[in-house]
Amino acid sequence: MHDMVVAFSKSWGLFYLVALAVGVVIYAYWPANRARFTRAKNSILDKDDRPWS
Amino acid sequence: MIARLTVAERQSALLILIVMSFLGLAMAAAGRGTPFGLHGFLVIAASIGVGLPLLRKFYAPEPDPAQFEQYYDDPTKVGIVLAMLWAIAGMFVGVWVAALLAWPDLTIDAAWASFGRLRPIHTSGVIFGFGGNALIATSFHVLQRTSRARLPDQLSPWFVLLGYNLFCVVAATGYMMGVTQSKEYAEPEWYADIWLVIVWVVYFLIYIRTLARRKEPHIYVANWYYMAFILVVAILHIVNNLAVPVSFGDFKSYSAFSGVQDAMTQWWYGHNAVAFFLTAGFLGMLYYYLPKRAGRPIFSYRLSIISFWGITFMYMWAGSHHLHYTALPQWVQTLGMTFSIVLLVPSWASAGNALATLNGAWHKVRDDATLRFMMVAAVFYGISTFEGSFMAIRAVNSLSHYTDWTVGHVHAGALGWVAMITFGSIYALVPWMWKRETMYSARLIEVHFWLALAGTVVYVFAMWNSGIIQGLMWRTYTDSGTLAYSFIDSLVAMHPYYIARAFGGLLFLLGAIVGTYNVLMTIRVAKRERAQSGGGTDVPSYGRDPVLQAGE
Ligand code: HEM
Ligand code: HEM
Repeated sequence: MHDMVVAFSKSWGLFYLVALAVGVVIYAYWPANRARFTRAKNSILDKDDRPWS
Repeated sequence: MIARLTVAERQSALLILIVMSFLGLAMAAAGRGTPFGLHGFLVIAASIGVGLPLLRKFYAPEPDPAQFEQYYDDPTKVGIVLAMLWAIAGMFVGVWVAALLAWPDLTIDAAWASFGRLRPIHTSGVIFGFGGNALIATSFHVLQRTSRARLPDQLSPWFVLLGYNLFCVVAATGYMMGVTQSKEYAEPEWYADIWLVIVWVVYFLIYIRTLARRKEPHIYVANWYYMAFILVVAILHIVNNLAVPVSFGDFKSYSAFSGVQDAMTQWWYGHNAVAFFLTAGFLGMLYYYLPKRAGRPIFSYRLSIISFWGITFMYMWAGSHHLHYTALPQWVQTLGMTFSIVLLVPSWASAGNALATLNGAWHKVRDDATLRFMMVAAVFYGISTFEGSFMAIRAVNSLSHYTDWTVGHVHAGALGWVAMITFGSIYALVPWMWKRETMYSARLIEVHFWLALAGTVVYVFAMWNSGIIQGLMWRTYTDSGTLAYSFIDSLVAMHPYYIARAFGGLLFLLGAIVGTYNVLMTIRVAKRERAQSGGGTDVPSYGRDPVLQAGE
């Protein structure tokens, strides 16, 4: 049992973390997301201080 | 504040307090004459303490519906004040503990005031009392502003804030009476732990419910960090505290883990407490208040996303670097060490992102001590994570482990990063919350800044020196292969550094006192101004660039 868990985590642990890293980078650099991110980072700077309805 | 609750909310609050009083009574009866019983009385006292002001306003009319057109900031205001008071209390005990290490004869020979009991009061007081309250207060604020939505109700935030503080008080008073399960940063016993789980689930639900109501489609990155903080702390807390109480009338419990599994679980918890309590939540503060105060968007939003996922997924595996050279299998140690080194990448990405945001606004950093607090925090975040990655290397750890180097690293992170970003954020937030243009005194912020910076530098350098000397003395052998120094020799060598540390800590504490005074005076002046202007309309006035005054 212990050996199985160790073997599993030593192999698949690597793969899923690499997959995750690739996924995150693709998401962050996906061209269509650029506009959304630019808007998000600027939107906190406006002077509005009321909930939107 | 109570009159602003709806009638239904006041009724629910009363119901909760009644249930709590009965629970407290049951605890008091079951644990008669023991610390458990005393904690029962504490629960009753807390319920009555909150209940009396509630009853006094219980029959006040329904609040003006116009208030629902505004954000709900009352819990944030109270949380800020609580955070500052905990800062003074926790750091006072820190200075006390530091003085005891420098002058052991200072002890007053009472069980509750022994080093072993005071030390966790310090760590819990500053991390959970000061840090936790600051995180809760700012998270409610950031959450509402970035979602453009009001909190879903007005009762649950109070439950979280006050319930959390009850947990902190139960923890600290428990240590004084010797109640502890001996797990660092998770000392409170089973009943306090269960209570915290309830509070924490409500906290997470507030987040989810507010996000579900959000008007802004994109969830701003600060919220991701706050949410990771809440969610992961819940998981860590539940798993590490799995235990079986001796009985339901006794404070003592026994952990579900033993041996090396226990050690690994504890340091998986311990390190991720650093990662998600002392880092992720405060990064949430950094990503909101720093751009806001500087009036510039974050340098790279993409980088902030990448470092978020990097931090979230890599910290999880780093805990075993606390257990180098132990019974833990070698490969698990190596795993922790490797992840700790890779962690430097997302950590420096965050620190660099913050500093790059300020690039082009250095004149503001120079003139505005509030922004300078945040800048220094980012620098110390970079320093302490670099140091941490370095200390995680097994060979380096063989020198640093058990020495004051670790304590130096801790306080480079705690004073330089956690406390600095908190003070900066609070100075940015307080005028906003109490609807003033500025803090009561810009000069006092400046005084606080220099006290804090000087205190941190003195503290950290003293501990680096002390730790490395200590580590080297312990591993110096004579020609005949025996140890060159006795343990006492190393203690004598550390003595001057302990005095320096106590002095540095005192400076830091004085800074916190100055800061608290400034916050309280701002509140007072704001109230007076409001009264003079005839009640004043509650129209938000914040958001402009910070106004700088001559002489600042
Ligand atoms: C006035 C400022 C402070 C002083 C004088 C101070 C002093 C101390 C002392 C003397 C110790 C015990 C060291 C030992 O056992 O050798 C300690 C431990 C600790 N302090 Fe502080 N402290 C201060 C502020 C803070 C703050 C603001 C935080 C966190 C936000 C913090 C977090 C910790 C932690 C986590 C430990 C345990 C370290 C370990 O076990 O390695 N301290 N502090
Ligand atoms: C990349 C980031 C970091 C890494 C890899 C790291 C690594 C380490 C290592 C190797 C130790 C010594 C373990 C031992 O010898 O027992 C340690 C201790 C500690 N670190 Fe860090 N650190 C990092 C960031 C931070 C930050 C930012 C803080 C605080 C805000 C912090 C707080 C602590 C605390 C409280 C301890 C003492 C734990 C104890 O009680 O023994 N660390 N860290």
